Amino acid sequence: MKRGGLVSMASLVFVLLWVSTLFAAGNTQVGPEVISYFKWIALATGFGMAIAAFGTGLGQGNAAKAACDGVARNPDASGKIITTLMISLAMIESLAIYALVIELILLYANPFLKYIVGG
Amino acid sequence: MEHPILLLDFINHPLAHYLEEHFGLVDPNHLYHVTYTWFYMLLFIGISLVATRGLKLVPGRVQNFLEVAIGGLRDTVKNTMGDEGMRFFALIATLFIFILIANLGDIAPGMYSPTANVNTNASMAIIVFLLTHIVGIRVHGMKYVKQFVGPIWIMAPLMIPIELIGHLARPLSLTVRLFGNIFGEDLVLVILLLLVPFLIPIPMLGLMIFTAVIQAFVFTLLAMMYITGAMEEAH
Repeated sequence: MKRGGLVSMASLVFVLLWVSTLFAAGNTQVGPEVISYFKWIALATGFGMAIAAFGTGLGQGNAAKAACDGVARNPDASGKIITTLMISLAMIESLAIYALVIELILLYANPFLKYIVGG
Repeated sequence: MEHPILLLDFINHPLAHYLEEHFGLVDPNHLYHVTYTWFYMLLFIGISLVATRGLKLVPGRVQNFLEVAIGGLRDTVKNTMGDEGMRFFALIATLFIFILIANLGDIAPGMYSPTANVNTNASMAIIVFLLTHIVGIRVHGMKYVKQFVGPIWIMAPLMIPIELIGHLARPLSLTVRLFGNIFGEDLVLVILLLLVPFLIPIPMLGLMIFTAVIQAFVFTLLAMMYITGAMEEAH
């Protein structure tokens, strides 16, 4: 293996070990009603994010279509059109990001978890 | 979620112990966004000091780069906000540069971005929110309330709740947009590294750089538009 490949493999292993300290947590046993709560959470986050992504895809597709038409009609204005396109894509994307944030809260920072697991 | 081993751990853990002795239980995980804010602040202040030491007419490399950057920012602010909007140039430029550097710093291993935490984003969004209303009241006096009422007097009971909710949604959307983008990218990168660490995270890193620049620009652009909207004459 050449020296560049060795360095990249070593740095890869280094980053992996670095990252895996994140998930070093313990195990606990939970009852069946807690499992059912997690099933509902999994369903809700899966469908919620999927529907949000669906709407975002349609919206951003419309924006991209309009931008392509605009650039095709007037290639000299392509700088301004592309800037406007980027801004509008970011704004539309933020709606999907709102759904993502709710999903992350449900999965990782659930405020009701202590009542379900504790009780 | 716990953090992995980060670069500023050697500051955070002693600081957490010190605060725990004097003020009670402090989790070092809660200090990362503060200490990394200081880190990025010192980084950019250091770059600026290096660039402005001995300003020359024919600039050196760092001074040239910063001139281009700040010149571009000035032109953008002047185009969007007009000449009386140049009062806010310092705030807008600071927001842009801080968010850009913080977002880009998230990508390197060992570094954490304060914008991946809700608190930093919320504080910036609240500053922009308060500034819009204070500027509006200063420029228009109490007639600023006319912007909430709408075009016809009779529609006021309908328009006021709508406008209020719209105005309150602004800092929320600024916060959640930036937080969701940066924290979500962070999380996706971690999960990809755990699943397929070989070569697949590289397009993800490219996407993180792209998103970092665009989110900084969008935050700043929205802040500019809100302040301009508060300053302009009522329709």
